[in-house]
Amino acid sequence: MAYSEKVIDHYQNPKNVGTLDKSKNNVGTGLVGAPECGDVMRLQIEVDDATGIIKDAKFKTFGCGSAIASSSLATEWLKGKSVEEAVKIDNMTIVEELNLPPVKIHCSVLAEDAIKAAINDYRKKNGLEELKFEESVIH
Amino acid sequence: MLQFPIYLDHNATTPCDPRVVEAMIPYFTNNFGNAASRNHPFGWQAEEAVDYAREQVARLIGADPKEIIFTSGATEGDNLAIKGVYEMYASKGNHIITCNIEHKAVLDTCKHIEKEGGEVTYLKVKENGLIDLAELEAAIKPTTILISIMYANNEIGTIMPMKEISAIARKHGVLVFSDATQAVGKIPVDVNKDGIDLMAFTAHKMYGPKGVGALYVRRKNPRVKVTAQIDGGGHERGMRSGTLNVPGIVGFGKACEICMNEMEEETKRVSKLRDKLQTELLKVEESYLNGDKEHKLPHVTNISFKYVEGEGLLMGFNKNIALSSGSACTSASLEPSYVLKALGLGDDLAHSSLRFGLGRFTTEEQIDYTIEQITNTVNKLRDMSPLWEMYKEGIDLNTIEWAHH
Repeated sequence: MAYSEKVIDHYQNPKNVGTLDKSKNNVGTGLVGAPECGDVMRLQIEVDDATGIIKDAKFKTFGCGSAIASSSLATEWLKGKSVEEAVKIDNMTIVEELNLPPVKIHCSVLAEDAIKAAINDYRKKNGLEELKFEESVIH
Repeated sequence: MLQFPIYLDHNATTPCDPRVVEAMIPYFTNNFGNAASRNHPFGWQAEEAVDYAREQVARLIGADPKEIIFTSGATEGDNLAIKGVYEMYASKGNHIITCNIEHKAVLDTCKHIEKEGGEVTYLKVKENGLIDLAELEAAIKPTTILISIMYANNEIGTIMPMKEISAIARKHGVLVFSDATQAVGKIPVDVNKDGIDLMAFTAHKMYGPKGVGALYVRRKNPRVKVTAQIDGGGHERGMRSGTLNVPGIVGFGKACEICMNEMEEETKRVSKLRDKLQTELLKVEESYLNGDKEHKLPHVTNISFKYVEGEGLLMGFNKNIALSSGSACTSASLEPSYVLKALGLGDDLAHSSLRFGLGRFTTEEQIDYTIEQITNTVNKLRDMSPLWEMYKEGIDLNTIEWAHH
């Protein structure tokens, strides 16, 4: 199976690999997937308290090239968005942007889940109610 | 100068040796006859070529040419041997013993036998990928008609103790079939010394063409018979009908002859390269060798690099190095290799494995490049692996509640 150029580019030059200080109140962390399934994503956001804008995002991913690319792309999209806007990122937009084939759609679902998990972690830390999401279908 | 891509997937298939291709060419054009045409020189010439190839193939495995049945490949050989014995020996019993790391061509054929009403025992291999001989003997019952154990495994390269297996089988009057696809041509295989009654193998794993293989069927002590699975003109002593693939068979014969003449030297050269690759890659932190260290094919190794995923790892260099992984991220099931899981590896290690199959044309330069590329990619991916970070922080990954999906 050949990878799209965008996937290869994210794999070779991943954006925003790293770790944010999860003890900080304005940092939300989402850890999704499982080692047995062959992919684990950790996505973190750092929110500007005054504006509610995500000022930084980092990821680390164990998985195939498409999983790495999906999370790399997600961090790029998250930066500069408000938390409210970030919630709306849909996995299918990731699929389209990266030209993921059907067998790799689960990678984009995982990225969407990671974003939502990170946002909920941030909300929880700040005394906000956790958002409820529909269960992801493709897993 | 290194030329890309480098091929290190010789367990999947091998290139045709140019000497094999040369031997085949006349049989596509001038000598195109049907080996079953008895009444003219075209047929005689084809038959002569097939007879010669049959001798070449038989010699490599210490058999009599009359004991070689040409097939389309090892999958057909596996089917013919297992189904053929099951049907032929129905009056004697319906029980078959095999093991859980056999190739799918054997396992799925056994499942078919179960559907037909047969009984199959799947022996579990030990952590090193070898079967337990005491367990094998204990599994034999009065209804057992066949023991089907692979000679060498395609994913981890481990070599089964065929002599010991056949000694046990003999003692109980049970036939032994071996899928020897990965072993024949690579290590000395002798059906008499090894006590094998039926054996399947194929040309394309030993520098011959695809689409041709053989099933060895013992003719003496005991005389073994199989029920044909393809009906027709009664070719191959009635055991396998269908016009013979003459060019393929000629190529197969030539490939066997080359393997026989050059095995000793090739093994020395290739195993030295394999050892270098293996030693250097095992120096990478948290890397593990899969399968037995000693009882192993000279050109194969299988290594897991913990905390990186196999497919992601391959992507780091698969434009330049052709390799295979035990991970199955692309398949719908997401299940990693059943062979590695049978060794007791956790899914995480099974997902992190690479299989290396070196070959006749592998060079030291290629191996040095491979070592460098893999080491670099493992390090790069670990830098972006959350699991590696947790491991380095001393977090036990088993204590984490993963969101299984």
